[in-house]
Amino acid sequence: MNNLLNSLRGIGAHVIDGIWRMGVATRFFLMTLLQSGQSFRRFHLIIREIFSAGVLSLIIILVSGLFVGMVLGLQGYETLQTYGSEEALGVLVSLSLVRELGPVVAALLFASRAGSAITAEIGLMKATEQLAAMEMMAVDPVARVVAPRFWGAVISMPILAALFSAMGILGGYLVGVVLIGVDEGAFWSQMQAAVDFREDILNGVIKSVVFGVAVTAIALFEGYDAPPTAEGVSRATTRTVVTSSLAILGLDFILTAFMFRGV
Amino acid sequence: MQRATLDLWVGIFVVAGIAAVLFLALRVGNMGSFDSASTYTVKASFDNIGGLKARAPIKSAGVVVGRVSEIGFDSNMYEATVMMKLDTRYKFPKDTSASIMTSGLLGEQYIALEAGGEDKKLVEGDHLKITQGAVVLENLIGQFLYNKSEGESKTAEPR
Repeated sequence: MNNLLNSLRGIGAHVIDGIWRMGVATRFFLMTLLQSGQSFRRFHLIIREIFSAGVLSLIIILVSGLFVGMVLGLQGYETLQTYGSEEALGVLVSLSLVRELGPVVAALLFASRAGSAITAEIGLMKATEQLAAMEMMAVDPVARVVAPRFWGAVISMPILAALFSAMGILGGYLVGVVLIGVDEGAFWSQMQAAVDFREDILNGVIKSVVFGVAVTAIALFEGYDAPPTAEGVSRATTRTVVTSSLAILGLDFILTAFMFRGV
Repeated sequence: MQRATLDLWVGIFVVAGIAAVLFLALRVGNMGSFDSASTYTVKASFDNIGGLKARAPIKSAGVVVGRVSEIGFDSNMYEATVMMKLDTRYKFPKDTSASIMTSGLLGEQYIALEAGGEDKKLVEGDHLKITQGAVVLENLIGQFLYNKSEGESKTAEPR
C-alpha cells in the first residue's frame, strides 16, 4: 500500500514538475523575445552566432544533403523502374526533399550539431558563474547571451535547410542522370512541372523557420535551466537533442497536416 | 565598423543560402516559366475529367500553352467545369475543341486543344463548345468484352 502511494506521489511530482518547467520555459522564451531589441542594435553579436550556429554546421549539412539526395536517386530509380516511369525521378527527389526531408533532416542535424553546442555553452557559463557575474555588472544575460544566440540560430536554420535541399537535388541529379542515365531533359522539366514555388518551396521554408525557433528555444532554455554541475550540463545537452528531435517530428506532422491536405 | 574574417564567412553563408533558394525557385520550381506571364482564362465543360488535376498542363500540338487553374462541378448540368489559364502569347480560334488525354499509358492527364477554322479568336471568359472527356479504361474494357461476347454469339448462331 505504501509502495503504491509512493509511486503515485512520484508520478504526481513528475507531472507538476513538468508543468512548472513548461511555465518557466514559456516565460524565458517571452523574455528572450522582449530583450531581442537590444541584440538587434548590436548586430555583430548576432553575426558571431550565425557563424557558430550556421557556418560551422555547413559541412555536415552539405555532405549529408548530398548523400540523402544520392540515396533518394538510387532507391527512387529502383522503385520507379518497375513501373517504367523513371523519368519521374526528378519529381520524387525534389518533392520529398523540398517538402519534408530538407527541413526535417536539416533541423535534426542542426539540433544535434548547433543546439547541443548552445546548451553546453550556456550551461557551462552558468556553472562557472559567468552569467551571475554579468548580472553583478548590471548586464542582463538574457539580452547579452541568450537573445543573440536565438536570432543567430533562427536566421541560420532556413538557410541551412535550403542548402540541404539544393545539395540533395544535385545528389539525385548526379546519381539519376550522370550515373544511371535517366534523360536529363525529362528529369528537370517534370520536376519544374510538379514543384510549385508557393505550395512546396515556400511551405518548406516556413517549416524550417518553425523548426529553427523550436530547436533554439529548447536548447537555450535547457542550457539556462541546467543544474550548474558537470553532470547537470551533460544531462541538459542530452535532453536538448532528445526533446528538440521529438519536437521537430511532432511539429512536422502538425505543419504537414495544415499545409498539404491533398488539394 | 571594423571588418573581421568572421563577417566574410557569414557573408558567404548568407549568399550561399540566397543562391540555394534561387536555385530551388528557378531551376526546381516553376517560378521562372509560367506564373509571371500574363494569361487569359477560358472555360470548358466535360462529361468526365478522369484523373485531371488543377495545374495540369494544357497542350496544343504537344506544346504547353497553359495550365488548368480550377476544377469545379456544375450541379445543373452534372458536368465538370474546368477553368484553363492560357498564355496570352498563344491565340486560338473560337471553335477550338478541348479533349482530355493521357500522356503515356499510365501517365498524367492533360488537356489537348485542337484549333478550329474560325477567324474570331478566344478571349477572356469564353466557353469552349466542343469537348471530349477522359477515356475511362474500365468502360473501354467493358465495351470490348461486351462486343466480343456479342460477336461470338453471332458466329455461333448459324450452326
